[in-house]
Amino acid sequence: MLEFRKDIFADERDDSLVEIGQPTARQDILGHVTGTSPYYDDHRFANLLHLKILRSPHAHARIRSIDDSVAARAPGVKRIIRAADVPVNLNTLLSLIQFGKDDEPSLASDVVRYKGEPILGIVATSERAALEALALVRVSYDQLPAVLDVEEAIKAGAPSVNATYPKNTFEYYGKYDHQKLRFGDVEAGFRQADIVIEDRYQMSPIEHAPTETNGSITVPDTNGRYIVYTSTQALFFSLDTAAKINAVQSNQLHFIGGTVGGGFGGKVDTLTEPLCILAARLTGAPVRYRLSRHEEMQFGSPRGAERIYVKDGLAKDGRIVARSVRAYFDSGAYTRLSSYAVVKCVAHIPGPYTIPNVHADVYCVFTNRTPATAMRGFGVTALDFALECQMDKGAVAVGMDPLEFRMLNMYRDGDMKAHRREAKNCALIECAQVAAEKANWPLRDEFRRMSSRQGGSHERAGVADRSRTPQLASAAKPAPSTPPSPVPQRVAYERPTPAAPTRTAPPSPPPRSAPPSPAASPAGSTHGAPRFSSVFGTRRR
Amino acid sequence: MKTPIQFHLNGEAVATFVESGANLLDTLRETVGDLSVKGGCWQGTCGTCTVLIDGVPRLSCVTLAEACAGKSVETTAGLRRGADLHPLQQAFMDRFAAQCGYCTPGMLMAAKALLDRNPNPTRAEVIDALCGNICRCTGYEPIIQAVMDVAGSDNRRRA
Amino acid sequence: MAKHRGRGVATINYPIGMNLGGDPSQALVHSNPTGKFTVALSSIDLGQGMKSVTRQICAETLGVPVEDVYVDTADSDTGPHCMGSFASRGTHRVGNAVMTAAREARAVMLEAAAEELEVDPGDLETDGKGSIRVKGAPHRSISVRDVAIAAQFRQGKTISGRGIFLVPLSDVDPETGEMSPATCYAHACLIAEVEVDDETGEVTVLKMTSAYEIGRAINPKLVEQQLVGGSWMGMSHALYETPEPYYPNTRDGARDFNEYLMPGPGDICPHDIVVLERPAPDGPFGAKGPGEMCANPVLPAVANAVFNAVGVRINELPMTPERVLRALKERGAAGPPGRTR
Repeated sequence: MLEFRKDIFADERDDSLVEIGQPTARQDILGHVTGTSPYYDDHRFANLLHLKILRSPHAHARIRSIDDSVAARAPGVKRIIRAADVPVNLNTLLSLIQFGKDDEPSLASDVVRYKGEPILGIVATSERAALEALALVRVSYDQLPAVLDVEEAIKAGAPSVNATYPKNTFEYYGKYDHQKLRFGDVEAGFRQADIVIEDRYQMSPIEHAPTETNGSITVPDTNGRYIVYTSTQALFFSLDTAAKINAVQSNQLHFIGGTVGGGFGGKVDTLTEPLCILAARLTGAPVRYRLSRHEEMQFGSPRGAERIYVKDGLAKDGRIVARSVRAYFDSGAYTRLSSYAVVKCVAHIPGPYTIPNVHADVYCVFTNRTPATAMRGFGVTALDFALECQMDKGAVAVGMDPLEFRMLNMYRDGDMKAHRREAKNCALIECAQVAAEKANWPLRDEFRRMSSRQGGSHERAGVADRSRTPQLASAAKPAPSTPPSPVPQRVAYERPTPAAPTRTAPPSPPPRSAPPSPAASPAGSTHGAPRFSSVFGTRRR
Repeated sequence: MKTPIQFHLNGEAVATFVESGANLLDTLRETVGDLSVKGGCWQGTCGTCTVLIDGVPRLSCVTLAEACAGKSVETTAGLRRGADLHPLQQAFMDRFAAQCGYCTPGMLMAAKALLDRNPNPTRAEVIDALCGNICRCTGYEPIIQAVMDVAGSDNRRRA
Repeated sequence: MAKHRGRGVATINYPIGMNLGGDPSQALVHSNPTGKFTVALSSIDLGQGMKSVTRQICAETLGVPVEDVYVDTADSDTGPHCMGSFASRGTHRVGNAVMTAAREARAVMLEAAAEELEVDPGDLETDGKGSIRVKGAPHRSISVRDVAIAAQFRQGKTISGRGIFLVPLSDVDPETGEMSPATCYAHACLIAEVEVDDETGEVTVLKMTSAYEIGRAINPKLVEQQLVGGSWMGMSHALYETPEPYYPNTRDGARDFNEYLMPGPGDICPHDIVVLERPAPDGPFGAKGPGEMCANPVLPAVANAVFNAVGVRINELPMTPERVLRALKERGAAGPPGRTR
């Protein structure tokens, strides 16, 4: 069911390799089939305590009072953890790389902003004892109006979800409520178009559903350190996040993981480690914090829902002359990673097609629902759904075969993309040809002869071909100033400014024969000149 | 209040004390120390914790430990015979039928129950035997193929 | 009441890695005293095969058999920094870091071998089977084991290497969105054949045919794992999955796997996959990353196939029987586009 077409692009490959390309058995397979692969929960400690969390039953409410006095005396309870116990009780995941403002507490103290938001933790001698004690905590709430729809959330007068972003949109560059993409003149494109089609697409939220739920075990080590066994997808990311929230040095934490029962993006958010470590610090005992399946499904962050509007202007001959996209990412109550999904989405517009006039406004919107996060295909999956359904409608509108319509517009080496970088290393036309052949999907000769390596040019995107040196837009302008960041909260990833760009030499051996592509450009030129940044050192343009 | 129970685990006699209401999954992992059994949902809906009780596949997360007194329990830890892998373990390796590996022990036990009962199942029977076990990584096809391989090898032996 | 067949296509590309804060990964490679190598990482294997892919890349670069390399991950005390396993960055970023580290270790290994054989290191080559020999004079050779022993006990050399691969942050222009979001892209075209039951609204995927271009398949079986499992996930996203069936209303949220639906082993379909390899100039041996993109083409391909079968456009996911039936009711009839009404 899987075959290779080694004949295609053979001139760009060195196939005389020994280990690369071999169907070698997975290093971890024996452990998997014998049940001995060490997942985080396969470590045993005497007198292990268990942390369970009280969660909000309301989508939006003010906490009037919390009475945990009865719970504190319940059998097996060792410690109650309240918001005031969390050393740094406001964080945003990407603060480590200075993207966005701290907006999310580990434990809510005054307001809950989504159903399931953590309010209080109980550490007890068993999960059962912790759950029974949780049932004895009395919280009284004043319910607040909630907003659940992305377009309702950005209307004037909508309830404000997140105090850090009171207008319910993430703030880009200190001035915009969305990320822009501007290429060509989209209005002129629509005026030229023979046909305009427009539609609305809605992606559902998705649960990652790894068979192993999120969890961690923290064990006090000698010398004041803590060993943390974890299901994280990003070891140092979680370590540094946990260190920040606990106000400890990063070298006080020793994270061990790497064998994880599925993730798909759902184990990036460091959902359990910070409070698990805090519980171990407050009790001096080993503590496990493991999400139940119900918690994982409803309160472990999902793939965010996205609403996408696409408008295309088409010429009768099948060329797409303009594409406009307006999209809303449902971030839920806090930012986590959705702010970046928006940027990644904008970079992906208009899809793998060469279109001279492209316009997009993409918003990261806060609503009173479980915060969303990354998932396989982050920022792109829903957009691909919208764009590829739209492409099908375009084909019908111009009366073309849907695959040929796509191929006509597909990007090729040397084309200019909407984010103003030259396309290179393209292979989509070849994928279309091979899949069509395999599925007996008829293509006309001219489409069977097409090549990603031929016919591409800046002019195809309506851009004058100025000897392959992008002189577009901001390249000619002074370098934009660094986004304002009044209170740096850097915890990690600081490094001295390198003297020269850190570029690894291309690792591939030279191809056996030079590719025939006329579009081959000088190495590195498509990345533009590196330039200095006071914040991150060398940057790539 | 703890209750003493005895059962056989992978052929060995086990005696232990369990809390009233303790499930077999926790008892095997936390008390007996058999970590080859994994918990996936603790609700009886994913099949990850599948073990065999008197040869029948059961969800250990919703099985009372006390109900296993005197019975024979089989887990993935008991599949191997010394250095030799069970044919199902070998087939799962050969077919690349595991990615994250977390559902694998439960899949193996569900498949073993089928093949012990019916050494020559059809593909439909294999699917039927596996359909209570969730895998989020593989798309199931390599797992089905691995089980069919073992069924097939049995066919060849008989032929 | 009838069942209708149709097919739909989607073509997509996918950026490898992320453009956020700079995207680095590090690796350390060292030999033990008898010539077996350890790769130390902090990267995560969550099933995608990180340990196996980096192991093969290290073995190829060192020129030793894969059995002589073991990947140890993830321990923050011993493994150097890695951003994490996401954004289809593992093979590309970590693979490059391992290559760089392995090259450095290989250089020391060849120096040590050259000293033992009394030749110039540049005249040596590895045979990929555990020996180092003089080019053109294969009888003059030494085992990697003996080289490691000599380096350790006689020459005082560490056969080890460090590697980092960094894709620096590319600023995003606030006004135009100009940026360098990725250094390479994977590609895919997928054709889905479906059957739609106009009485129940149920959509069954009968067959998928696809071509994926992934730069270089480091291990074809691991690529197959990703593409088969990923396209299953795409079908699942297209037709089944949602924790909030009446989004944006939060009612009826799934609490367990009886309520959160995914296709089981009886719901899968045959999938013919063809893999193309156009090496990425900056990928390890040209590799990109197949993991994240493989679900993406399935969602629109299935939606387009439903249109082809019964003439309705479903613009909301998942395409549940309820949504399909409502769309059919609105159109008034089921049938190929253009033929009804």
